[in-house]
Amino acid sequence: MEEKITTRRKVLIGMTSAVGAVGASFAVVPFIASWNPSAKAKAVGGPVKIDVSKMQVGQKIQVSWRKQPVFVIRHSKEALKNLSKVESKLDDPSSLKIDEPYRDINPTRSTSKEYTVIAGVCTHLGCAPKYYPEMESQPWDESWVGGFFCPCHGSMFDIVGRVFKGVPAPTNLKVPPHFFDGNILTIGEERGTA
Amino acid sequence: MAQKSSGFFNWINTRLPIVNTYERHLSKHPVPKKVNFWYMFGALASVVLIIQIVSGIWLMFGYENTEEGAFASIEYIMRDIEYGWVIRYMHTTGASMFFAVVYLHMFRGLLYGSYHKPRELVWVFGMTIYLVMMAEGFLGYVLPYGQMSYWGAQVIISLFGAIPYIGESLEIWVRGDYYISGATISRFFALHVVALPLILIALVFMHLVALHEVGAGNPEGVDIEKHLDEDGVPLDSVPFFPYKVLNALVAIGIFGIVFSIIMFFFPEGGGYMLELANFEEANPLSTPEHIAPVWYYSPYYAMLRAVPDKLGGLVVMGAAIAILFVVPWLDRSKAASIRYKGILSKIAMTIFIISWLMLAWLGTVPVTALRTTLSIIGTVIYFAFFLLMPIYTSIEKTKPVPERL
Repeated sequence: MEEKITTRRKVLIGMTSAVGAVGASFAVVPFIASWNPSAKAKAVGGPVKIDVSKMQVGQKIQVSWRKQPVFVIRHSKEALKNLSKVESKLDDPSSLKIDEPYRDINPTRSTSKEYTVIAGVCTHLGCAPKYYPEMESQPWDESWVGGFFCPCHGSMFDIVGRVFKGVPAPTNLKVPPHFFDGNILTIGEERGTA
Repeated sequence: MAQKSSGFFNWINTRLPIVNTYERHLSKHPVPKKVNFWYMFGALASVVLIIQIVSGIWLMFGYENTEEGAFASIEYIMRDIEYGWVIRYMHTTGASMFFAVVYLHMFRGLLYGSYHKPRELVWVFGMTIYLVMMAEGFLGYVLPYGQMSYWGAQVIISLFGAIPYIGESLEIWVRGDYYISGATISRFFALHVVALPLILIALVFMHLVALHEVGAGNPEGVDIEKHLDEDGVPLDSVPFFPYKVLNALVAIGIFGIVFSIIMFFFPEGGGYMLELANFEEANPLSTPEHIAPVWYYSPYYAMLRAVPDKLGGLVVMGAAIAILFVVPWLDRSKAASIRYKGILSKIAMTIFIISWLMLAWLGTVPVTALRTTLSIIGTVIYFAFFLLMPIYTSIEKTKPVPERL
């Protein structure tokens, strides 16, 4: 009899605790969820449009999308031809490690044959890499063929933002959703999703 | 115990044990009769904690926790509020001095084996305080929303991105936005001024309760509890008041002079305490040429940079802090104090100090190939010091520890 009561008590205590634990975990939800970006923050991250026809060949411009730098580069034909030459130095030339939105369409990694559109946020720790297009010896690489160098921790990327081997950045620079409508480039949105 | 006190205190004490507590933990608390200056930094750390709390509350009167207003409100405190500059420099100097005294306090622990049985928990609580302080310091540094606030935070929050699978969403969750925005500032503000200080105070309380339960150590590593008088008080002890108090007052006086000199004449600490890039407002589109942490994080930042892998760097940096927690179980020496340990411990300690200081310097300068190599060497030595500790402390010959202090 005594034994039975004790077992029963244990079961009841166990069940009460379980229900309490479930309730407590539901109670945590609003506290966790309130840290997500607010509706206001999400709305501010809308797309931006720019006219790219005035860009010089070889020029890089910086656009702000979601307050993050996005690099747009207009490549020369020679530069694009040289892209395959640098591949031996690259860690992931075909962008297989990341979710590449426009894979195998163009060597520029964008939806355009001439322009590259990449997030200017180093995939290591988020600094903005700097553009060094000249093919000349640099302090960090004697056989530099042009590309991006991150001043924070020395990561290197080629002119379309593909990461070099042996640098701290783990993956290629990201390609944000974008589309070209003639000379107008829209960043932050796919064609036809608006 | 408290019968001799007056009627009023007696009345209170039978309802709230203030007199008992005062006597037990302050006036009559026995402390070892012979300690040296290394034993002053705990008291100094509590003084700095009070300075930080008071100056922090006063800073809140003028600070604005918004993206648009944060940077301007710091300028407002510095220029328009009467003596605002003193309050702010007191807080920034206090941050550096907090770490300075805590590092010296921790080093004392390593030197004299303050973590030896039965003081393991005192050490563990102390390390938790250090960990919370690092978070507290980081959050505070972001609040002015200068260039270094922004990009330092960008680098640190990006570390979360190194965690497989959930990393990227975790980054956004921590920021509450796609970049370090007003949402990030206001939550960092709440954590910096309310949440972490509450935790910090609770931990300091536990650190002290645990310490008073087992009693303070001494530079000889002698267990004073072995020889007690007829009242159960250690023979080699003196009461906290007046002996420890007067000692501490001298230390606090000297510390106050050092603190004031820095606060009034070198508040920027040559760019190591307040970085010059932070006098410019945050610009999410332009990274400063050189990103370096303030001096008290630099050894761990050097370790992060030494590893050419994102996740690896994070793991090494985390392990460097985590390993400090288990030191009480790594040291197998019969002697607590370095004075009675063998030659291997002394050599290990010397190399460790040199390499830690080297890492501290490396973390503040831009990377070059040579410096990366040095950072790797320093990191290896740092871990070797701890991981090999069970070996070198157990094989070496120690000197006999005296019975009495």
